[in-house]
Amino acid sequence: MIDLQRLRAVLRKELTQLLRDRITLLLIFMMPLLELFFFAYAVNLSVDHIPTAVCDLSLDVRSRDFIDALVASGYFDIAEYAAGEADVIAALDEGRVRAGIVIPPDFAAQVARGQGEVLIILDGSDTYSVQAAYSAATAIAQHHALDLMVEKLRRQGQTFELMPVESSVRVLYNPTLDGLIFIVPALIAMLLQILTVNLTAQSIVREWELGTIEQLLATPIRPLELILGKLLPNLIIAAVALVLIALIGFVGMGVPFRGSVLLFLFLSLLFAISGLGLGLLVSTVAHTQNEAESITSMLMLLSMLLTGFIYPREPMPAIVRLVGDLIPLTYFVRIVRGVVTRGVGLTLVWQDVAALAIYAALAMYLAARFFHLRLD
Amino acid sequence: MDERVTLYARNLVKVFHTRRGEVRAVDGLSLEVHRGETVGLIGPDGAGKTTTVRLILGLLRRTAGESGVLGYDSMRDPFAIRAATGYIAQRFALPPDLTVQENMRFFANVYGVPRHEQRDRIDRLLAFAGLLDFRSRLAGHLSGGMKKKLALACSLVHNPRVLILDEPTLGVDPVSRREFWNLLNDLRAVEGVSILVCTPYMDEAERCQRVALIAEGRLIACDSPAAIRRQVAGELLECRPSDVRRAKALVAELPGVLEVQTYGPSLHIFVDRADERRAAIVAALEAAGIRCRGMRRIIPQMEEAFISLLRRRQEREHA
Ligand SMILES: Nc1ncnc2c1ncn2[C@@H]1O[C@H](COP(=O)(O)OP(=O)(O)O)[C@@H](O)[C@H]1O
Ligand SMILES: [Mg+2]
Repeated sequence: MIDLQRLRAVLRKELTQLLRDRITLLLIFMMPLLELFFFAYAVNLSVDHIPTAVCDLSLDVRSRDFIDALVASGYFDIAEYAAGEADVIAALDEGRVRAGIVIPPDFAAQVARGQGEVLIILDGSDTYSVQAAYSAATAIAQHHALDLMVEKLRRQGQTFELMPVESSVRVLYNPTLDGLIFIVPALIAMLLQILTVNLTAQSIVREWELGTIEQLLATPIRPLELILGKLLPNLIIAAVALVLIALIGFVGMGVPFRGSVLLFLFLSLLFAISGLGLGLLVSTVAHTQNEAESITSMLMLLSMLLTGFIYPREPMPAIVRLVGDLIPLTYFVRIVRGVVTRGVGLTLVWQDVAALAIYAALAMYLAARFFHLRLD
Repeated sequence: MDERVTLYARNLVKVFHTRRGEVRAVDGLSLEVHRGETVGLIGPDGAGKTTTVRLILGLLRRTAGESGVLGYDSMRDPFAIRAATGYIAQRFALPPDLTVQENMRFFANVYGVPRHEQRDRIDRLLAFAGLLDFRSRLAGHLSGGMKKKLALACSLVHNPRVLILDEPTLGVDPVSRREFWNLLNDLRAVEGVSILVCTPYMDEAERCQRVALIAEGRLIACDSPAAIRRQVAGELLECRPSDVRRAKALVAELPGVLEVQTYGPSLHIFVDRADERRAAIVAALEAAGIRCRGMRRIIPQMEEAFISLLRRRQEREHA
């Protein structure tokens, strides 16, 4: 079915064109790096002042001290004072606050004995705040020689797990790194998706715009050869870019990488293929570079909002979650947070890996199916 | 089927479904090209030329009818057709960021030319197209005429027996146009290639063995250029009246006048006998206060013939 001479001809053409366009090539590699920096720090800075409900059952100097320390850290804003634990939970449930702190009645005495305990209740659905609040509270508690009891509110279908305790202990005194831990792996995934989708969509749409596509279709080139010839060079570029951004993120920015590098690379490849497939699909509906750009910008926006990259998906309405399910990043964000941040193996993320594999296969199939074999 | 027929269309129909309704771009067109023959598909913009050749190459799905090349059907064996046919699309664009040589190599490989034959063949074609000195120039940096010649060279790299050219001289200067047609003539006469060439230029029709005149997707006439010119009844007078519109209406009513066509500031008047009618026409115009310069007899060209045939066809339909 596939003729190697023709496939090689398309491959050589694509590679020559890619290498000849130095500026574009430079942009392809520089853009993700810049985006990684800006995005990581921009997003990182925006997480503090978590609205918090405080239930101070002790009401003495020690507990005031502790509450002042929480506020002074900048991570917590006291939104309301609650009379009891139940009120704190109600405030969390109603979404008025995102963290709750309960100080027991005999707090001062406990501290005096060197075994004080504070209960911190976190909204488990708001993963980002949870992590930031958790580490901030832990750090402050340490100063007060307190043990922290953490309790999460589990919303329906909530599967979030805090990082293993031993790992969070390591970043106790550097709470901001938690932001990077949360954002960088997912950001790398996001950049990989943007790259693969854009490269593919643009490389095909450009042929439409230049008018070269009719000439190509009028030769004996089979659609599959044309598609493969365009995708393989893009896959190589995506692989190089991935290694580059991953090096910057994990080595340069010091974000810990806890899982298997090999597994990460392998799954990234699968993810890249699904991105290429999605790019192909974009090219079957867009016939100008402008149209393609509009679609990919839209896709980027949806990816930021709906995939769990920044905002947790659990509270979203089912229909909105479904839209997120159409974006490969949704699966890969969970995979990457599992494999890279929590260091888990394939067994714990296999569902998302399977979903991603099905996605990649389906996107390729549909794209090949709807690729304009004819001009009408 | 006739051995000599290398390309044919029979009652070919293509209907586009657009938002504004149906467009019958090709409407029952029949056409044949024989071996070693150049057939011109001539018609104004929107006549359906491009659609016709796309149907023949299987790039569009036909609505009805049949078409094929070298015994292969356009729908069933499009790849066999494409392997044996050279094609220059109307919007022919070669990858502009590949050099002349790289473009030639690309098409040679895509058309499955064996590697050991590529070098000689590419050299021969570049020499034929006069592009030997531009081998390493980017295609995007060639002049319009050279681009078209490169396009021709690329479409010939697999020694096709059939060549389909869609307005190959669009936007090319007159000198390059002449050179291009000389190349085509060599191909046809020396190599026996069958050529179907679309063009809106009536003067290029004269360089074809036969021309198919089409308008609104339908065949108006198909014959040799000379025979088509002979189909025009009567003799032809040309003049430049001071008021073309009024002059046209007035002249059309005069005895002996068969048909009047306007060409910008000129009036082309078909009459039964030119020498007899000339004076009467001038007199009638002057009586109406219209000055009339340069009245002379001319030989009908393809363009007059085309308009005349088109008009007769329309009259027949309305009748
Ligand atoms: N893809 C298309 N969709 C809809 N209408 C089309 C399409 N291609 C051509 N047409 C219409 O078909 C008619 C013939 O067009 P075309 O074959 O390009 O003519 P020509 O090549 O003689 O200028 C025109 O009216 C044109 O608008
Ligand atoms: Mg056309």
